Amino acid sequence: MMEQTNATTPLVPRRGAGGEAPKKLSIIAFSGDFDKLTAVFTLGTGAAAVGYEVNIFFTFWGLDAIKRKQGRSFTGGNWLTKIFGFMMGGLKVTPTSRFNFLGAGPKIFRYLMKKNNVATLEELVEAAKALGINLYACEMAMHVLGLTKDDFIPEVKDVLGVASFLNLSDGGQTLFI
Amino acid sequence: MATKVLDITKEHCPMTFVKTKIELSKLNEGDILEVLLAEGEPLDNVPRNAKEQGYNVLSVEHVEGTTHRVTIKK
Repeated sequence: MMEQTNATTPLVPRRGAGGEAPKKLSIIAFSGDFDKLTAVFTLGTGAAAVGYEVNIFFTFWGLDAIKRKQGRSFTGGNWLTKIFGFMMGGLKVTPTSRFNFLGAGPKIFRYLMKKNNVATLEELVEAAKALGINLYACEMAMHVLGLTKDDFIPEVKDVLGVASFLNLSDGGQTLFI
Repeated sequence: MATKVLDITKEHCPMTFVKTKIELSKLNEGDILEVLLAEGEPLDNVPRNAKEQGYNVLSVEHVEGTTHRVTIKK
């Protein structure tokens, strides 16, 4: 298991320790698909490992990736959001965008990834925590889905809106996945 | 001054440099990390990234087959 650290403290001097601003990558994680979340965390951990400051802003379906309960649970405030919460689920039940085969797809991909020594989605998420990547949740989507900050893993640094995200991502590269 | 060995010969992107970075972060100033890695992407990038982040790459040696050893001082 990888060591978890305080998300606010970079593990080692980032590129730019000499005084210049660090390079920065900000990702809007909109999709809750297994394959697209794998892309989010592959890019994020890779960038953090080569010295980038990395921000990931989870919104809508993407919030599934940072839920404390990784299976299916009735998160939400009323009966409708509780049903949505159950149907959406967490990291362990994310579907693939293609070849989902009623949930068999992600299991097959996990098997193939392990067999070929490629990091699984769960390993990438652990690496993101260990690298101190900044994880943020979208205030508006949380409100719609009846989620609170307590529904998320403790590494989620803050709950933000568009203006704050634009401010955070200013001067760096931004991706929407 | 301690020396730690990290074998990433079976890892793929991005875990090659992710694991290297996490191991380097655990070391104290002056400690050495010996990274065993495969040629291609890891050999091209791990020493370069370590240098860019201010670490001292002491040597890059061929071990056997496609395996190389990169010695990095924190």
